[in-house]
Amino acid sequence: MPAELSDAPESTWATIKRGLALSPELRTGLAATLFFAIVSMLGRAAVPVAIQQGIDKGIAGPGGLDVGFVGSVVAITAGVLAITTLCGYLMMRRLFTVSETALANVRVRTFRHIHDLSMLHQQSERRGSLVSRVTSDIDQITQFLQWGGVILIISAGQVVVTASVMAYYSWQLTLVVLAAFAPAVFVIRAFQKRLAGAYGLVRTRMGALLAAVSESVVGAPVIRAYGVSERTRARLNTAIDDHRTAQMRALRTSVTGFSSGEIAAGLATAAVVVVGVQLGIGGTLTVGQLTAYLFLVTLFIQPVQIATEVLNEAQNAVAGWRRVLDVLDVEPDVADPGEQGVELPPGPIDIRFQDVSFTYGGPIVLDDVDLDIPAKTRVAVVGETGSGKTTFAKLLTRLMDPTTGEVRLSGVPLDRVRFDSLRSRVVMVPQDGFLFDATVAENVRFARPDLTDGDLELAFTELGLIDWVESLPGGLATRVGERGEALSVGERQLVALARAYVADPDLLVLDEATSAVDPATEVRLQRTLDAVTRGRTTVAIAHRLSTAQAADEVIVVDQGRVVQRGPHDELVRETGSVYAKLYASWLEQTR
Amino acid sequence: MASVTSRDVLARGFRVLGRAIRDEPRIFAFAVGGSVLFGGLVVGSAYVIGHIVGGVIVPAIEDGKVDNALLWIGAMAVLAVSVLRVVGIFGRRLGAGYMQFRLQARYRRLVTGRYLDLPLSWHHRHATGTLLSNANSDVEAAWFPIAPLPFAVGTVVMLVGAVGSLFFTDWVLALVGVATFAGLFLINVFYSRRMAPRQARAQLMRGEVSAIAHESFDGALVVKTMGREGHETERFAGQARELRDALISVGRLRGLFDPLMETLPSLGTLAVLVVGTFRLRAGDISVTDLVSIAFLFTVLAFPVRAIGWVLAELPRSVAGWDRLQHVLTATGEMRYGTINPEKSDKPATLAFDGVEYAYPVGADTDDMVNATTDDHGPTVLHDISLVVPEGRTVALVGPTGSGKSTIASLAVRLVDPVTGTVRVDDHDLRDLTAAALAGTAALVAQIPFIFDDTVRANVSLDRDGIDDDAVWAALRLAQADEFIRRLPDGLDTMVGERGTSLSGGQRQRLTLARALAGRPRLLVLDDATSAVDPRVEAAILAALRGGEQPTSILVVAYRRATIALADEVVYVEHGRVVAAGTHQELLASSPGYTDLVTAYERAEAEREREHAYDEEGAVTA
Repeated sequence: MPAELSDAPESTWATIKRGLALSPELRTGLAATLFFAIVSMLGRAAVPVAIQQGIDKGIAGPGGLDVGFVGSVVAITAGVLAITTLCGYLMMRRLFTVSETALANVRVRTFRHIHDLSMLHQQSERRGSLVSRVTSDIDQITQFLQWGGVILIISAGQVVVTASVMAYYSWQLTLVVLAAFAPAVFVIRAFQKRLAGAYGLVRTRMGALLAAVSESVVGAPVIRAYGVSERTRARLNTAIDDHRTAQMRALRTSVTGFSSGEIAAGLATAAVVVVGVQLGIGGTLTVGQLTAYLFLVTLFIQPVQIATEVLNEAQNAVAGWRRVLDVLDVEPDVADPGEQGVELPPGPIDIRFQDVSFTYGGPIVLDDVDLDIPAKTRVAVVGETGSGKTTFAKLLTRLMDPTTGEVRLSGVPLDRVRFDSLRSRVVMVPQDGFLFDATVAENVRFARPDLTDGDLELAFTELGLIDWVESLPGGLATRVGERGEALSVGERQLVALARAYVADPDLLVLDEATSAVDPATEVRLQRTLDAVTRGRTTVAIAHRLSTAQAADEVIVVDQGRVVQRGPHDELVRETGSVYAKLYASWLEQTR
Repeated sequence: MASVTSRDVLARGFRVLGRAIRDEPRIFAFAVGGSVLFGGLVVGSAYVIGHIVGGVIVPAIEDGKVDNALLWIGAMAVLAVSVLRVVGIFGRRLGAGYMQFRLQARYRRLVTGRYLDLPLSWHHRHATGTLLSNANSDVEAAWFPIAPLPFAVGTVVMLVGAVGSLFFTDWVLALVGVATFAGLFLINVFYSRRMAPRQARAQLMRGEVSAIAHESFDGALVVKTMGREGHETERFAGQARELRDALISVGRLRGLFDPLMETLPSLGTLAVLVVGTFRLRAGDISVTDLVSIAFLFTVLAFPVRAIGWVLAELPRSVAGWDRLQHVLTATGEMRYGTINPEKSDKPATLAFDGVEYAYPVGADTDDMVNATTDDHGPTVLHDISLVVPEGRTVALVGPTGSGKSTIASLAVRLVDPVTGTVRVDDHDLRDLTAAALAGTAALVAQIPFIFDDTVRANVSLDRDGIDDDAVWAALRLAQADEFIRRLPDGLDTMVGERGTSLSGGQRQRLTLARALAGRPRLLVLDDATSAVDPRVEAAILAALRGGEQPTSILVVAYRRATIALADEVVYVEHGRVVAAGTHQELLASSPGYTDLVTAYERAEAEREREHAYDEEGAVTA
């Protein structure tokens, strides 16, 4: 997992460089875009120059008032403005198209990358923040590129252009203006550092706010049932107010920094008046030039101030960019060998765990597991909560890799198997049978979009579930709601099972896949599954021992170790064994 | 969102702004004050510059000497204007920001408050992602134009002042100003009308992209185990492309707007130059006037864009506001009654009488406005009558999908019946106060929900009278004390989203402890121990039966041991009570029930028969 924003994040510039390297598309036609930008910037200096020319040569010229001259100056300037306006339009149009296209690609790449990482199924809590990486974080980048980027380029250009024109009129005055601005630059820089911290706090508080809202929405039934609405309201209000306080603090910092630029502008203008008059008296400067110069100072100040604002806001966008880059930088810990990989040999799959241990970094979860499961056997894995059963299933389906040791399917080391081969031949049904907000049919069709409704009906019939499907209000076309919540938990598991069944795998891994289904249905399912999965390998993680009784072989896991294996009947007879105890307790529960 | 048409969006946007001003009139006045000061000084600075050029610079350069006093007065005037402008900027920007942030906070409180007040049936109809974005991006969108609003209002005041001062100087040049500013206004109107549908579409696409990402990441395990990452990426990419196109279309219009807004004041300045020259020749104005007015146009060009910022954001604001209104005006909050029966330690009696229930319809977010509580989908519970007598345990048994969880929700009034009544101790649940209801009944749901908080807070929920001893007692009853003791910080360990992860069984036990900590007089367990190992479950049930804490229990169960502990069993099928009585009675009278509860035994017996048959076959062969 990438580090959350640390106290000393990499520099803004470094992030921007990394971000630009990520999207080479941003460079397409950059030369033309820059050309249009430069031309459109030149338009900014056109009016002051026109005023200078008009005053010096047309109005206060040696020949007195020359209306014709003023007219031609104005006409030429108007023509220039038409061209620069067009160039401004062309530049923005290109910029929008290029940046949106580039970032749409980053969005999709990040989305795919997140799916390749295992953080999704290991840490459900990160989901919300991961969604923001492909939504609001990217939006912030585009906003920065389009507004910030444009304004920065234009502003920089405007500063250069006006500074050149200013220097052309009077290098002495230009030095005066720069001297007036120098202290402001240092002040602004200092404030920028403080702002980065202030915006960091705003983002953190926003995260806390979203977490509080999400909890109040997802936990609505609990909040209602326990009458703790007021407590929740107080927590929400605290989060909302904390966020607001942070926003206000950032704003105060930003405005104070901005004001120093304004004071500098006043100083510069006043200095130009005082020094300019002296220069005028000395004959270095005409009235028109000095007047134009006053206009130019304004044009010089504006972009400096605006650029300051943009840089302030950029702190926000750059943070978004950094968050996206941080995700993309994480290498998937379980990687698809891709082209170099091999396909699983056809036919039923056998399993070999060779000295497999696993730890999440803390205590050992699976300890030196060594076992063979021949092809076509139906195996049940049992054990108490926390014994390592689910870890076993995750290693078997390569959702994770063992810390030490090796898992082989049909003799092939699992990490050499190409994902397309692995995922089509090995299917797991997790306990939480997640459903998409679509119809029952669409959910079952998830892995096999080619199946017709007739095929689906046949599948449900084979599983003995067609009566249940027909009892639904819309049959196969019944919508299951967000996360399948329009169905009961048990019903969701039925759909998830059907989904795995139609995928037609050679190795089926069931992780407590029927834990919420009623016993009669479960027994029925068990029987039909036995029939339809005959000829394949099945591994069922179970805490209902009915599953174990029906299996060819039972593997008993206790504290990360395999402590017993063999057919149910044999294991039961080992008095005092873990399995015998589990079974005795099971009998107590069910008789 | 469909209601955001290009026609009325400006008018509606102004109404939203009006609403904001009514909500925060003082801060708004303060901000506008700052902005007007700023604007006045912008106009003032033009005249200061004009007078400096006409009164100081021109004579000085012509005469070759300068009146130092006058020169310094001019310089000081420029500085003074700057200092006052800083005051104006502080007033305007801090005022605008505070107003925007206060409005955001106010509406976030209102919206999340509604989430807490609206009934669960309303929650069922709305996706989590939508509710999150209502409280987040829709609030932001609605108040987005507030940031430039005081600036824009100040600019309008400034424009009026500027045009007025122009008329004071020269009416012909004033007309040039009027024409320029009218042109700016027309461009803005055209722009916001054209922009409205594009913005609405972009906002819609944003929502879609976010929804797909949410769902896809939520179902990551299924996506991965079925090898559908490529397919999901394609699905996401399709939507991302539509968003891209929508945003490009927004950008192209903006790309046209921005340069035009910039060029128009420049053209105005040029017009001033030409017209001014004629007026100068006619002797109607002085050079000072001409320079002042030209400078005025230059300095006005930037603030005028603030009006554009406000107008440009109005369509998005209206879209966000509509979505907020949808939450704020939603009706059907669960009204609580006024009866607050005296505290009692006696277990409660629960009675369902002719209860019928149907889920409300209108699941689709678009249709929410019209969905009223009167619209119902197919009936899922029919004429349910059952009683959990004082201090007794009743098991609710039925096949998957028969309506057990719905009955459990009705028993603690998470939802209300369409017809019939649910009573506790002869009080209709709808007549009880919220506190009375929460103090009487507790539900432990099938899927445990853990708050992002400490173990202590998760169990006590800050309810009155639940101290650490009570928390530990509840944890002990729920067989959760041992694993909690082993956690690094005991009761202070953070659990939930960003804390220590717990196993399914541990989560269930923690939520069970939460229910028990409130010493409920009625406990409703909805298959709440499904992930708990059988032996642990047996211990929990034994403790509950032990009578340390007498309570009536309605338990949804499949396990025989659980059922065996019940005094009575109610068997439901397809949303109807099919049979009720003791376990033995139902075994004799209800084939469906028998089929369900003896499923494992029969399966085993059958297996043994097959086994025997196989062996027999082997012998004969």
